[in-house]
Amino acid sequence: MRRADRTRLPALGPSPAFRFAPVHKDALLNGLALRSVEHRSLPVVTFMLMLPAGSAADFEGYEGLAAITADMVDEGTGNLTAIDVNFEFARIGAHLETDVTADATVLTVTSLTRYAGRALTLLADCVVRPRLESDDFERVRQLRLTRLVQIRDLPSAIADRAFMQVVYGTHPYAHMSLGTEESLRQLSLRHVQQFHGSFYRPSRATLIAAGDLTAGEFREMASGAFSQWLAGPLRSGEDGVQTPPPSIPVHRLVLVDKPGAAQSEIRIGGVGLARSTPDYHALIVLNMVLGGQFVSRINMTLRQEKGLTYGARTSFDFRRGRGPFLMQTSVQISGTADAVTTSLSEVRAIRDGRPPTSDEVDVAKAALTRGYPRNFETAEQTARAIAQLVLYDLPDDYFDKFMANVDRVSVERAREVAAAHLDPDRLAAVIVSDSAIVTPQLRAAGFGEATPLLPRL
Amino acid sequence: MNIPFTEHSLDNGLRVIIHEDRRLPVVAVNLWFHVGSKDEQPGRTGFAHLFEHLMFEGSQHYDKGYFHPLQEAGALLNGSTNTDRTNYWEVVPTSAFDLALWMESDRMGYLLPALTERKFETQRDVVLNERRQNYENRPYGLAQAAIGAAIFPPSHPYHWMTIGEVADLKAAAFDDVREFFRTYYHPANASLVVAGDIDTADALARVHAHFDEIPPGQVPARVRPFAAAPTERRLMLEDRVELPRLYLAWLSPAMFAEGDAAMDLLADLMGNGKSSRLYRTLVYERRIASELMAVQGSREIASIWQIIATAAPGHSLDELQAAIDDELARLVAEGPTADEMERSHAQVEAQFVYRLQTLGGFGGKADQLNAYSVFCGDPGYFEKDLARFQVVTALDLQRAAASLRTDNRVLLSVVPKGKPSLALPHSTPAPVS
Repeated sequence: MRRADRTRLPALGPSPAFRFAPVHKDALLNGLALRSVEHRSLPVVTFMLMLPAGSAADFEGYEGLAAITADMVDEGTGNLTAIDVNFEFARIGAHLETDVTADATVLTVTSLTRYAGRALTLLADCVVRPRLESDDFERVRQLRLTRLVQIRDLPSAIADRAFMQVVYGTHPYAHMSLGTEESLRQLSLRHVQQFHGSFYRPSRATLIAAGDLTAGEFREMASGAFSQWLAGPLRSGEDGVQTPPPSIPVHRLVLVDKPGAAQSEIRIGGVGLARSTPDYHALIVLNMVLGGQFVSRINMTLRQEKGLTYGARTSFDFRRGRGPFLMQTSVQISGTADAVTTSLSEVRAIRDGRPPTSDEVDVAKAALTRGYPRNFETAEQTARAIAQLVLYDLPDDYFDKFMANVDRVSVERAREVAAAHLDPDRLAAVIVSDSAIVTPQLRAAGFGEATPLLPRL
Repeated sequence: MNIPFTEHSLDNGLRVIIHEDRRLPVVAVNLWFHVGSKDEQPGRTGFAHLFEHLMFEGSQHYDKGYFHPLQEAGALLNGSTNTDRTNYWEVVPTSAFDLALWMESDRMGYLLPALTERKFETQRDVVLNERRQNYENRPYGLAQAAIGAAIFPPSHPYHWMTIGEVADLKAAAFDDVREFFRTYYHPANASLVVAGDIDTADALARVHAHFDEIPPGQVPARVRPFAAAPTERRLMLEDRVELPRLYLAWLSPAMFAEGDAAMDLLADLMGNGKSSRLYRTLVYERRIASELMAVQGSREIASIWQIIATAAPGHSLDELQAAIDDELARLVAEGPTADEMERSHAQVEAQFVYRLQTLGGFGGKADQLNAYSVFCGDPGYFEKDLARFQVVTALDLQRAAASLRTDNRVLLSVVPKGKPSLALPHSTPAPVS
């Protein structure tokens, strides 16, 4: 090859075609749905059990219930103690990971193929037959209360909590999965047993396998491990996450005082959209322009031009109900008011004044599509992708069509969704910082008085 | 099990390692420069990392920022600096392989003509923000700085944090950039891995086309390990935290040195997860701790082995220390059980296989090949690396535990502001800013 031409950037080759590996669908007699994708390049399998009930399903007044229930499943099963269970996972080089989001509880185990049967049996023992004993419950609850105590000094966690409380009011999305000190103290083992009895049921669950396993092998393993799981009563009733969140935040500018803070932690945002919105692809393109990548408007302004922060980003958190739209950053205290003003004016500008240009939209679309296949590299990534399909009821060919659907987003569409969904007058700004320093700054910048807030912890 | 590769050397001294993996239409480009904060001098700390930031600010033939063309091409990219090395990587669709090589080679060969004082000042501010966000404003965020400063004497290159001292960052001069670049950022001090959806011969030709023109440099003098002779030190840090936390830290064998693997497995056995000894005793049974971990922090010329335990409300750091010392003494006396050895070896094998799933980025196959290339001089070290863990015996772990004495460690208490009495007795304030 000849020496590289430095007078211009090399041209890009054609974008690779991409197809998501075929998902095999099956079910056990008790209703447990099975989904699997086989890829055999390495002797590794990831199992994922997805239950479509997360912290938004917490009983009112008992916030933290879904998360503590998930935490309890590996605290002993059959004749194994909590320590034994974890040792049995460790003995095969695995561990159980639990993840409780607003919408779902997800339990994940990755193991070498030769231990796959053992890993799945242990997972089933935890999910189907947890001991749920009161001594373990008290210990786990105490650890969670301790975690809450520690969070008081974690500015990013304080900011996240204050933001969700201000924006979501009494909506089930207003609280974090950990809950609050008050709600954790209200909880008893009986609630955990009740939550487990209601939501840990095969008729609602999906078991996913990705990796070095055929669909047939998976079915055989799964029916061995999970066939004793009883279907249980079907829960009916309203889906709390579909209740409309407040249309305007309770407060618009909130200050959580942290005397002596070294930085200002900032959250700006409001209620966004549900995962089912027809504007999904247009909104992720818009977000790339606004704050979804390094070269986005907000990061380039706050970090690269002003040097106020190590980084700033925006995101739409699409959930079963309407999740938040959020800008987050941590800035030097002297630049707090500047950062808030700049961020709000960037949001204002993108819908009115400086709408996305066709160059920006092209860059955003390219960034989303050209590297897309790398999202499906590991067994766990593949399993997580399948869990998304199930949780949000997406079509089977969703991943295959993703690139084309993004490519179809026009500049006009990006502008439309900006105008429709980004309203600066419906956003709240939350600042966690030293009030004595920041208050005069905010006043000088023309903001009204910030509402002092102590988020519920 | 291994990572197959071919190794090449350009005339200018650049080491090139190529690994084919056609699972996805993706290529990983991974470039290491063998320079980190240990190559800095006292009073000039933080420069290696600040320089890393400048590498993303554009180079002579494309001076509009490093991220723009690559993100537009669908790339993921990042870089990082630690005590020993600075790495840069792109994960690109196969269609942008040339672009990634072009961008990396342009900043390796032609960074300085595009560098301005304004870029330098802005990135200095960004780094000061990074320091406040990740260290000063984070609970327990300065503990590792205090431990490094206590274990290693002021003249030792691990004495200071990679992020640097605030005063040094503020005093850093734009003029120093040129000298630093000339000394460390050239082919003879770099190792390039290209991995993924490529053909070896074709990839090598493309590497030649982009990197051959860069002039060679002198291999810089390597910082030599020198013995630090620690004695017991008890330090205290007051911080914006609710719960006191105890750090027990020892000087330990360097990365890949004799004894390093055993220290790693010892950390796993004592403090990794709910099946570890200290978790069982301190968190599960006695409930005197709320968080617990142990880690062998392997680095090029020396390591730190440590246990970190956060007190449960109502319990003291003295209780934690006594319980930890008992567990260490028990391990020295009795050694690990057969079950524990089985657990350790299973964890090692699984972790080595799981890591092979990822091609690029931090810790992916390309990064691993470069770690072996730079630190062991052998990109093919994967199997030897695995083997050094597989041969560790129960007796080795017992001996490793015996090296953790009470007279050769640093005990750091991090306590809530205004409550120095919660520290271990006889602790003196740690000098960190």
